[in-house]
Amino acid sequence: MIEVRNCVKRFGPTVAVRDISFSVPKGEVLGLLGPNGAGKTTTMRILTCYMPADEGSVSVAGFDVNTESIEVRKRIGYLPENAPLYKEMYAQTFLDFLARVRGIPPERRKSRMDDIIDICGLGDVLHKRIGEMSKGYQQRVGLAQTLIHDPDVLILDEPTTGLDPNQIKEIRNLIKEIGREKTVILSTHILPEVQATTNRVLIMSHGRLVADGAPDELARQTKGTDSLIVQVRGPIETIRDRYSSIEGVSNLELLETEDEYHKIELLVSNKTTSAEKVFETTVKEGWTLRELHSESRSLEEVFYELTVGEREEQ
Amino acid sequence: MSNVFAIARREFQGYFNSLIAYVFLVIYLLLTNWLFFRVFFLNGQANMRLMFDIIPWVFLFFVPAITMRLWAEEKKIGTMELLMTLPVKDGEAVLGKFTAALGLLGLALALTFPLPVIVSTVGNLDWGPVFGGYLGSILIGAAYLSIGVFISSLTENQIVAFILSVVGIFALYMIGSDIVVFSLPSSMAPIMEYLSLGTHFESIGRGVIDLRDIVYYLSVIVFFLYLNVRSIESRKWR
Repeated sequence: MIEVRNCVKRFGPTVAVRDISFSVPKGEVLGLLGPNGAGKTTTMRILTCYMPADEGSVSVAGFDVNTESIEVRKRIGYLPENAPLYKEMYAQTFLDFLARVRGIPPERRKSRMDDIIDICGLGDVLHKRIGEMSKGYQQRVGLAQTLIHDPDVLILDEPTTGLDPNQIKEIRNLIKEIGREKTVILSTHILPEVQATTNRVLIMSHGRLVADGAPDELARQTKGTDSLIVQVRGPIETIRDRYSSIEGVSNLELLETEDEYHKIELLVSNKTTSAEKVFETTVKEGWTLRELHSESRSLEEVFYELTVGEREEQ
Repeated sequence: MSNVFAIARREFQGYFNSLIAYVFLVIYLLLTNWLFFRVFFLNGQANMRLMFDIIPWVFLFFVPAITMRLWAEEKKIGTMELLMTLPVKDGEAVLGKFTAALGLLGLALALTFPLPVIVSTVGNLDWGPVFGGYLGSILIGAAYLSIGVFISSLTENQIVAFILSVVGIFALYMIGSDIVVFSLPSSMAPIMEYLSLGTHFESIGRGVIDLRDIVYYLSVIVFFLYLNVRSIESRKWR
């Protein structure tokens, strides 16, 4: 559905996108992940024909974004970052405007709008000015705007920024719902979001593509870096010694000491068996245990390693 | 074409939704009527020269007021990205906005029509120059609008757009005036006079419609709309 080949985009001396290539098959929900300034928005702007790439080829549904831009735009629903909308307009007239520009014939306009209003739950705010709505409703209007012409491809740039947790959940469910039938690309720097909504993740850093895979797959790649957090009271040197010799513990770090309790982070290969061994050791030595839990170093770690590692390299 | 209409429709609604249209129409009509009747009864002549003569000066401030937001606001709140990723050609978007502004200006002019009707009841009004005057007004207004819309696309600040438009229109109006022409080499004079928005309005204001004046105004409009399309495109090569 989407083909990006060796795409490069420069803004003066800065390179926003450096030679990225990827393709998205029909029906996939792709998460574009990366820290701010990684080139996510630029990539999306190229895909949506807002600006052309300097090098490489980009096509959507078989149409080239440069030469057949109007055809591409017809097939895309795009929600730019921060959901910019005409604030002085009423939701109804705004959607009506989009239905017209999107070329929906007059006889189908009404039923199409009713469907979208239903899907996005806009029934209550139809006659409100967009600027007077809460951020959550504005975001929904933004989503409704992308769906009105029933596009094959949806491109959503940080669709959940600025929303409260309930609204985030609602929007995510909505995206999931939509993602069943459409090809979706959504960008975010919030990790749980991709785990919750997407079936493939691209991680970008400094304009480069640094990882590509299913969220679980990427998390699995960092197996062996699960961590255990232990708070224990006892002689620190012995603790260091005993814990380090536990099988599967690759690294030990003293985080802080508070009321005689040492807070220690252990990097382990298997959090369940290592936790058991830590507990046994502690009991055997007669130390006092205040806390023992594992921290899943999943996508967050992959993300951190890939994007920070990249930065140090530069 | 339907895209132009859809965009024009939205912008036109926008003028009314944001109350700009009401403020504009009320102040415009109050000012025009006041300036007209202030002199009309002293003057005692049954013609509309009084109204049409001041049109270039009234429009100098009213036109930038309705064009300043057209692009600047889109840029400021980011809807530019929304608009420019819709299946709309840049030219269609420019034409749509221009048409909406022209619609509002046309409405304002149409609402002054009771004036000549009143004049015709108290005196013997020659309707020819009146219609000529309206045609000339809409032409010079459209030329101003094309400049204003273009300048709005250069900035994301509406106030800057307003001030630059007033200055730009004033400059293009004044280059053919005597003060400017006399201070230039005589070979430049005809060129300046031809390029000036003002010289072409003088004859129209007298009720004389010359095809050359119409061609001139249409050229100005096309030129600035073209510049506008180019400035919108500039996002692509920046």
